[in-house]
Amino acid sequence: MSKYLVDKFLYTVDRDPELVERYRAEPRECVTWWERERACAALNLHTGERCTWLEFTDAEREALANHDHVALFELGAHPFLTLTLFIAMFERDHPEPLTYQRGYAAALAHESLPYPDIST
Amino acid sequence: MAELVAVLATTHHPFYYRTSTLPEAERPPFAADWVAKVEAYRETLERARPDVLVMVGSDHFHQIWLDNVPQFLVGKAPFYDANFYNEEREFGLPRLTLRGHEELSAHILRGGLDAGFDLAFSNELRVDHSITCPIFTVRPQNDLPIVPVYTNIFAPPMPQPKRFVELGRTLRELVESWPSTQRVAMIGTGHLSLELGGPRQFGPHGPDPEFDAKAVEWIANGDIEGALSEVSLESLWEPGNATHGFMDFMLMMGVAGENKADYADNLDLFHTMEAYFTWYPSGVET
Repeated sequence: MSKYLVDKFLYTVDRDPELVERYRAEPRECVTWWERERACAALNLHTGERCTWLEFTDAEREALANHDHVALFELGAHPFLTLTLFIAMFERDHPEPLTYQRGYAAALAHESLPYPDIST
Repeated sequence: MAELVAVLATTHHPFYYRTSTLPEAERPPFAADWVAKVEAYRETLERARPDVLVMVGSDHFHQIWLDNVPQFLVGKAPFYDANFYNEEREFGLPRLTLRGHEELSAHILRGGLDAGFDLAFSNELRVDHSITCPIFTVRPQNDLPIVPVYTNIFAPPMPQPKRFVELGRTLRELVESWPSTQRVAMIGTGHLSLELGGPRQFGPHGPDPEFDAKAVEWIANGDIEGALSEVSLESLWEPGNATHGFMDFMLMMGVAGENKADYADNLDLFHTMEAYFTWYPSGVET
């Protein structure tokens, strides 16, 4: 499990308008590129310093590449990060207010308490 | 010494700004009640005639990230830029700049550290909608200096609820021991039951109206012991997966003490219940 790295992906894509569009249009390409180039880029260290160990599990990589918010929820990704980024990518396809958010919830209707642990 | 002239505890709803600034004809049906309640609430701060605001909120993964998470952080800067690209994108929130009050920040940091809270600090803090929503609702002219206080209600492991109450009590003592003639208001925003990114989000009401009813009673009655007896880090997952934001209300209950609120109101909206509370620790002119 590398919940932290999944959260890092959601967080770093969400804050970059170009990456939001790239992830929407070419999710698998974006995830592959990001894991290779960005996963180990430390966010607040000297330029160029990189970690040596972060990588997705196969299940995490597939969930991200498939835009599968249900799988991300079940893997323990932080639900605020997933929701915020997915609204940015897909709300525009649902012109009626809150339709996307309600469909997002309906897809998770089978989930029951306790929800998956989001601790990182 | 400084005077604590008002304590405000309220929800923060990032959709309010856009809803209240739409042309009348385009506003949703619930907008009129919402705007009326917020404007009435704004009056409760106006009546206290504050000079400076201590504002309690929580970063939503904007400046604070999982590589370095402070549990409690106090801003100390002459200015705070505010709001982020993704808040403009999702909520239509504008960017703004708030003035800071470095002297009061320094007093709270020194006193907090000496009182047993190992507070983090930031000299360059960009605050998000947890701080700007109450500016839009209760002080839209944005004319007062602030001291922002951030809490972690977002990323486990979080401090225990009682620690939020204790910090609230300590912040009040620090404000009231600040050698100044300034009139200080403390404003904190949190949530009642709330679900984000889960199956119960964006329903016709908050995810747990029963919790909301109890929470409103605890706050309105200053029932700190009642809240502490039923609320734990574990139990807060049940009313909704973002309900740990209630701990910011508990912090403000610590500030207000075991006193009934002088003003209490709420509004049942889709997705979440809005709630508005004000205390006047030394009374208020009528």
